Amino acid sequence: MPILPVILWTDALVYLLVATVAGFVWYVRRHEHLRAPWWRVAQTPAAMSALVVLTVFILIGLLDSLHFRLALPAAPAPQADRAASRDVAYAVEVKSALDLLLSPIADKPERTYSAPLATHAYAKETVESQDVDGKPGKQVRAYPRLRYGGAHLQDPQRDWRADVLLSAFRGMALALPLWLLLSLVLVAACTPAERVASRDFWHAVWRGKTVVPWRAILITLALLLLVAVPMALLAARYHVLGTDKVGLDVLYQSLKSVRTALVIGTLTTLVMLPFSVLLGIMAGYLRGLVDDLIQYFYTTLNSIPAVLLIAAAVLALQVYIETHPDLFPTAAQRADFRLLWLCIILGITSWTGLCRLLRAEALKLRELEYVQAAQAFGVSEWRIMLRHILPNVMHIVLISVVMDFSGLVLAEAVLSYVGVGVDPSMISFGTMINAARLEMGREPMVWWSLASAFVFMLALVLAANLFADAVRDAFDPRVRVGGRKLRFAVGR
Amino acid sequence: MYAYIVRRVIYAFFILIGVNLITFALFFKVNTPDDVARLQLGVKWVTPEAIAKWKADRGYDKPLVYNEAAAGRHKFTDTIYFEKSVEMFRFNFGRADDGRDIAYEISTRMWPSLALALPVFLVGLALQITFALMMAFFRATYIDFWGVVLCVVMMSISGLFYIIGGQYLISKLWNLVPISGYATGFDALKFLLLPVAVGVIGGVGSGARWYRTIFLEEVGKDYVRTARAKGLSEVVVFFRHVLRNAMIPILTGAVVAIPLLFMGSLVAESFFGIPGLGSYTIEAIQAQDFAVVRSMVFIGSVLYILGLLLTDISYTLVDPRVRFE
Repeated sequence: MPILPVILWTDALVYLLVATVAGFVWYVRRHEHLRAPWWRVAQTPAAMSALVVLTVFILIGLLDSLHFRLALPAAPAPQADRAASRDVAYAVEVKSALDLLLSPIADKPERTYSAPLATHAYAKETVESQDVDGKPGKQVRAYPRLRYGGAHLQDPQRDWRADVLLSAFRGMALALPLWLLLSLVLVAACTPAERVASRDFWHAVWRGKTVVPWRAILITLALLLLVAVPMALLAARYHVLGTDKVGLDVLYQSLKSVRTALVIGTLTTLVMLPFSVLLGIMAGYLRGLVDDLIQYFYTTLNSIPAVLLIAAAVLALQVYIETHPDLFPTAAQRADFRLLWLCIILGITSWTGLCRLLRAEALKLRELEYVQAAQAFGVSEWRIMLRHILPNVMHIVLISVVMDFSGLVLAEAVLSYVGVGVDPSMISFGTMINAARLEMGREPMVWWSLASAFVFMLALVLAANLFADAVRDAFDPRVRVGGRKLRFAVGR
Repeated sequence: MYAYIVRRVIYAFFILIGVNLITFALFFKVNTPDDVARLQLGVKWVTPEAIAKWKADRGYDKPLVYNEAAAGRHKFTDTIYFEKSVEMFRFNFGRADDGRDIAYEISTRMWPSLALALPVFLVGLALQITFALMMAFFRATYIDFWGVVLCVVMMSISGLFYIIGGQYLISKLWNLVPISGYATGFDALKFLLLPVAVGVIGGVGSGARWYRTIFLEEVGKDYVRTARAKGLSEVVVFFRHVLRNAMIPILTGAVVAIPLLFMGSLVAESFFGIPGLGSYTIEAIQAQDFAVVRSMVFIGSVLYILGLLLTDISYTLVDPRVRFE
């Protein structure tokens, strides 16, 4: 086999999450009362535009969650040996499907910094000049050519502008048919065939009068393609967003960061979800001593400053990894374990808010007639909590999961800055910012790493915020969730 | 009411004991002193003697909770738990790895933290409320819509970018204030101007949007309709009735943050080189100085619990309808 699949811990949880979401979608489709609020979300233009952007990010993240080790080319061995041993040696390095897809840009390291789309290095180096007749000349300080960026140009000074513009235009020209095709497929998949065929429908789309805001969706798609396709074409020959200190492509780093951000944003809430739901409902429904104990527990946990608790836990993990090196054979596994641990500990510091909300809601629900009727029929308490309370607090759980996402993505950057975030070898927005912030002082300034991290992060978090807002409005306009949690950001 | 407050104080004390036990477990059971010593002395080439010396220097060479060898009362007091954790209740934090007294460091570093955090808190709160008020007053107009859009965009930007951007624009490009540093007395002003501005702007997005929802919730209530029905103008209704009632949840909600202002801000302080508690904490985390981290956890918890207590008290003072069970 040419590849050896590797399932990291977070990969397994990501697959579990995908399966859960798929099951949830299937369940929602069969229940009218659950379908209605989602239908309201589907009618919000901002939310649907955000969903298009989020889908792209999620696809990137999923591609990056398929990990494997490539087979090494068979070593030259005697004929008899090769026939006897069927074993294939696999590379130590764990790669993902995204790495494979991005190998044209990932495997072209420069020596050090280079600006976006540059053909020459960012700083002068001592090079040997060539005389006209080809004899080696004296040593001069000059900007050397890059190894890969624009290497196909004969005379960069003359050809660079035309080449970049041509590639960009070609990309935009390619984006148009791609957009038409994708739009048609997308619309046809979601709308009855006879409507898609009618002129009136497309008129309505054009004027933005359809129930599902197709115009907003298609415009977002067009903008995305207009940026992505030219960038993809240019990326084949240039470093579109430049390279960092060790010469690694910044676009590659930005795309790799997406998975880290998604994993932190989703798995953190997922890991602690069963726990907080169970405790919240138990406290609110059973009351009495159970309520007191659970309240005491979460108030105590909440009192410990989150960053410091995380710092202590991450230090503990470092000790554990240092003392058990045999458990983590590859660097990827070590980094992944740290990511998982960070999710768990972030979850421990942030589950209390949801628990408190669920307790308050369960307190309200237990006084309602249908719960009292169930009690009168002698239904057991566990069954009441499972059948009657849980389904009626699920909207709070959902709202809190989507609202927490953006806060967690932002928190990751801060934690990595503090030094207790993800493993330094793992590419994330936090490590990118952390590595880049000292470069602002250089002259001329190295701005592209920070700018890329900023744009990608803003796109992800803004889309998540817009989508979360629509979900909250659709499911319960009265519930106040989030907003005040997890703000280790500036000033607090 | 006093009985209620006394009860809350006793409850707060129990929570503090819980925090103390959790941090003790975290720092001495999960991260044992042996592990920490090994991490600090270099993992590979460490001898048992070096670890024993490291522990003896810091007083970690005692039993955790019960000292078999000691006599009488010392069976309990001559232990790590008593010396390192119980002593914290007397604000005796021991010494950091560099030999300095932690309690002294905290008492001197508290003030720069406060000098940064207090203006950020006060100006930020005022700006957030003003902005929220404007959006709520012009609700369902373009001002409201674009205000919310601005808020959502602003809260989607990581706080790190506000700091980096502010430092680049104000200090490097325009050369208005120093990039980082700190001085005492009135000289501190020029060093604090930028961090305060960045802190305020970084918090406006989420804060203003949050307060806007509180205002809007208040606008929908029955007494507002009554006020309109008796012929009051919209301005009077809004500023006399809605504003006053909405300030109750806003102010009581803000009270919880006041004691924590002493802790300062981790990121802003280390970026701007302000020698406060936030940068002290970060330095300790990066140097893996467990004694300092442990002390900061304790101080932070004490201040948070104090905040909860103040919130409870402020509820009883502000809103006579609050009943005590």
